[in-house]
Amino acid sequence: MAGHSHDHDHDHSTLSEMDVRVRALESLLTQKGYIDPAAIDRIIETYETEVGPHNGAKVVAKAWAEPEFKAWLLKDATAAIASLGFTGRQGEHMVAVENTPEQHNMVVCTLCSCYPWTVLGLPPVWYKSAAYRSRAVLEPRKVLGDFGVALPESTRIRVWDSTAEVRYLVLPKRPAGTEHLSQAELASLVSRDAMIGTALV
Amino acid sequence: MNGVHDMGGQQGFGPVLLEDNEPLFHAPWESRAMAITVAMGASGQWNIDLSRSARESLPPALYLSSSYYEIWIRALEQLMLSRGMVTAAELSAGQKISPPVKVNRVLTRETVDAALKAGSPTERHIDQPALFKVGQKVRARNMHPQGHTRLPRYVRGHVGTILQVHGGHVFPDGHTLRATPPFNVPVEWLYTVVFDGTTLWGENSDPTVEVTVDAWESYLEAVS
Repeated sequence: MAGHSHDHDHDHSTLSEMDVRVRALESLLTQKGYIDPAAIDRIIETYETEVGPHNGAKVVAKAWAEPEFKAWLLKDATAAIASLGFTGRQGEHMVAVENTPEQHNMVVCTLCSCYPWTVLGLPPVWYKSAAYRSRAVLEPRKVLGDFGVALPESTRIRVWDSTAEVRYLVLPKRPAGTEHLSQAELASLVSRDAMIGTALV
Repeated sequence: MNGVHDMGGQQGFGPVLLEDNEPLFHAPWESRAMAITVAMGASGQWNIDLSRSARESLPPALYLSSSYYEIWIRALEQLMLSRGMVTAAELSAGQKISPPVKVNRVLTRETVDAALKAGSPTERHIDQPALFKVGQKVRARNMHPQGHTRLPRYVRGHVGTILQVHGGHVFPDGHTLRATPPFNVPVEWLYTVVFDGTTLWGENSDPTVEVTVDAWESYLEAVS
C-alpha cells in the first residue's frame, strides 16, 4: 500500500494490505484463466452455509442413538460418515475416537492445520494458533483448562496429532438425561469443540 | 525440514486464546484467499505436499508473524512464481502481462461441488506386506531431512507402539521430490503410533497423557 506508516494500527494495516493483495491476485488469476470467480463464490458459499460442525453433530447424534451405527463409525468412520453424505476434501480418510470415563481424546495438527473439513468445516483460529499447536501435545490437561474443561485426574488423555491425511473426529460422551431426545435434538447439543476434544459436549 | 512450523512441544506462545462467536472469516479477503487457494489446487501444477512445503519454507520470522490465510497466499504466490505461472510484475500490478501456462483443470461453478465432494484420497494399492503390526514396539527414526517431512521432531528417537495400520498412502517426503508434474508418487504403509507422554516429555510430565502421530513406514524402525 502507498504511504505505509509504522504508526498505523498493525491489524488494520495488515488487513488492508492483504485485502488489496488478494483482490489483485484474484483479478490476475481470472485474467490468466486460472480461476473462475463464480467457482470462488461457490467454494465460499459451500463452507459458509453447507459444510460445518452441524454435519459432525449429525454423525455424533446418530452414533449416540443407534448402536449399530456407532459400531460402524468406530470400525470404518470413512464409510459410516459417507453414508450421511459427508465426503470429500479434507475428510477422505476418517477415524472416529470415542471418549469414555477412562479416556478423553483430543485432536491437533502440530505441523499445520489438518482438520476434518467434511464434518467440522473450516478450523477456528485457535486450532491453527501456535499456542494450541505447540501445547496440545505437551500439556493437554492445561490446554483443556484454557477451555474451562477439568477432567478427573484418573482420566487418561490421548492426543491425536494429525500428521498424515487421516482426519479425526472425537465422539463425545452422551450426556446423562438425554434418553428421550430425538436425533435432531441430540445433534443440537453437540458443540464443534466437543468433536475436536476441547469441550465435553 | 526442521522448520518453525513443527510446533509440537515448543514453549512461550502463551494461552490458547478463544473468541466468543468467532466468525468463519475475519475479513472478506480471508474467504477469497481460502477459495482461491482451493481452486488453484485444481491446476495440477503442484500437489498438497508441495503446497505444505511452500508454506513451511517461508522465512521463519514471516511465518510466525503472518496470519493463517496470509501464509496461504504468500505460499500460493511462491508456488505460481516458481513455475512461471505468474510474474512478480503481474502480482504487483494485478494485471496479466504475459500469457498463461497450460493447467490441468479450471474449476467452474458447475464442477466445483463434485471436486469438493471427491477430495483427493491418498490411499493407494501397495504390493509389499506391512513391516509392522498392531501392538508392535517401534522407534521413530532420528532423522532431519532437508526437504518436506511429516515426522514431527518431538517424537524422533522415541519408542512407541503401533496402534493402527492404515494401508498404503502417498509418501509426502517423496511426493515433494519433483516440483512439477508428473510428480513422483511413492507409496508406503501408514501407521498410527502411540507414545507415552512421559517417554516424550520426561518423567516429571503428566503420566496420564498419550500422544499419537501418523507415521509412514520409513519413519519407523523395529525395536528388538
